[in-house]
Amino acid sequence: MAASDYDVAVVGGGLVGAATAWGLAREGCRVALLDEGDRAVRASRGNFALVWVQSKGLGLAAYAGWTVRSSNAWADFAATLKEETGLDVCFQRPGGFHLALSERELEARATTLKRLHNQPGIVDYKTEILDHSQVAKMLPDIGREVVGASYCPLDGHVNSLRLFRTLHTAIHARGVKYLPSHRVENIVREEGEFRLTTTQGEVRAGRVALAAGNANMRLAPMVGLEAPMKPERGQIVVTERLRPFLHHPVVTLRQTDEGTVMIGDSKEESLDPTGLTLGVSATEAERAVRQFPLLANVNVVRTWSAIRVMTQDGFPIYDESETHPGAFVLCCHSGVTLAANHALTVAPMIARGALDKTLVAPFSARRFHVQEAG
Amino acid sequence: MFKRLGDTADTLTIEIDGKSVRARSGDTVAAAMLANGIDHCRTTPVTGAPRAPYCLMGVCFECLVMIDGVGSRQGCLVPVRDGMRVETQQGKREAGR
Ligand code: FES
Repeated sequence: MAASDYDVAVVGGGLVGAATAWGLAREGCRVALLDEGDRAVRASRGNFALVWVQSKGLGLAAYAGWTVRSSNAWADFAATLKEETGLDVCFQRPGGFHLALSERELEARATTLKRLHNQPGIVDYKTEILDHSQVAKMLPDIGREVVGASYCPLDGHVNSLRLFRTLHTAIHARGVKYLPSHRVENIVREEGEFRLTTTQGEVRAGRVALAAGNANMRLAPMVGLEAPMKPERGQIVVTERLRPFLHHPVVTLRQTDEGTVMIGDSKEESLDPTGLTLGVSATEAERAVRQFPLLANVNVVRTWSAIRVMTQDGFPIYDESETHPGAFVLCCHSGVTLAANHALTVAPMIARGALDKTLVAPFSARRFHVQEAG
Repeated sequence: MFKRLGDTADTLTIEIDGKSVRARSGDTVAAAMLANGIDHCRTTPVTGAPRAPYCLMGVCFECLVMIDGVGSRQGCLVPVRDGMRVETQQGKREAGR
């Protein structure tokens, strides 16, 4: 293994891969971060930047605990990144809202949260249902049509493009070798090391961590793992920069530290990241104006779509290979929310060479096979 | 700073930040502002630096102003109309106005 070029090859230069590479470098590993070229589908460039807790974990209670763990670690994570790079990712945790525009929506919200909190072993993350006047105390600009909301004090947000840049600055400073345009074509394990065939030659590493988003589906089977994914497309509407008026993120709408308002949480099955369904943007904008009427005469400066990384059941996958010891896979939808966990909890496990089952056993992909799940 | 060429009469009245000023039919909002000695039409949302119309042909977006209640319009692309209300913009716009 000493002959390998690197201790760990992380495949995927997005938020999950970069956070993991940073965490590994902090553990003293020699790390290569393999990325595709600029024409790749770069899911990390297109996200909504929430560090979000409420609603997470219905169907898998451990996911709620895992999310809260990352939410709680985020402030220190951001502070450490700032120390190392001088860059501020603008993490804030003022508490977040999920607004309801009808009694039916509010009831559905309450039912979901009740089911979530009735699960055995669930961590209590203090989500409350509030009526219009309670919401208006914290969000004075809501419209009359907002009948209420769910509110969770642990919800927050960040500047995700700056997070991306900050992580890349930080890994560079820590000596991680970033290898762009190194699409991985094949991985084999030979003579105790992994050999990754890329478009620009072979990379050898003692361990391999797959963090390639939806592309993990293609890569995982090469090392005896699996990553069943179900990507989907989301669309965002972006306004011009406005003076701060919204001091809490809403699940479908947030004002960034720079003043723009991002709107949208659409889901479509189309996988073309260059397309845009205008009707979807119109619906998003229309709901936003009902939630915050003062947005009615604000200018939209951009609309864009991006592909969401999504596992088949929506929960993260963390696994290590039995047939190819030293191979790990990380998949999740919430690369921003879980970035602190990936850097501070998962990366150290990979550095030690084994996942800590007490923390991540529920996220094994074995759950997709009823007979083998245990 | 700028002087009109020729002596066509100023035939229209528009309002800039609440003050009535004269403009000519065929002026763009940006031209009318410059002819009236207004040396910046906005300050930027990021640093607050003053900005004035620059390219006068729709490509630089320096000339953004509020016109008849609609914010961030390109003054160099909008012809003046009698009675038009133009407002300069200071920093980030305020939603709801
Ligand atoms: S002055 Fe350049 S766009 Fe108007």
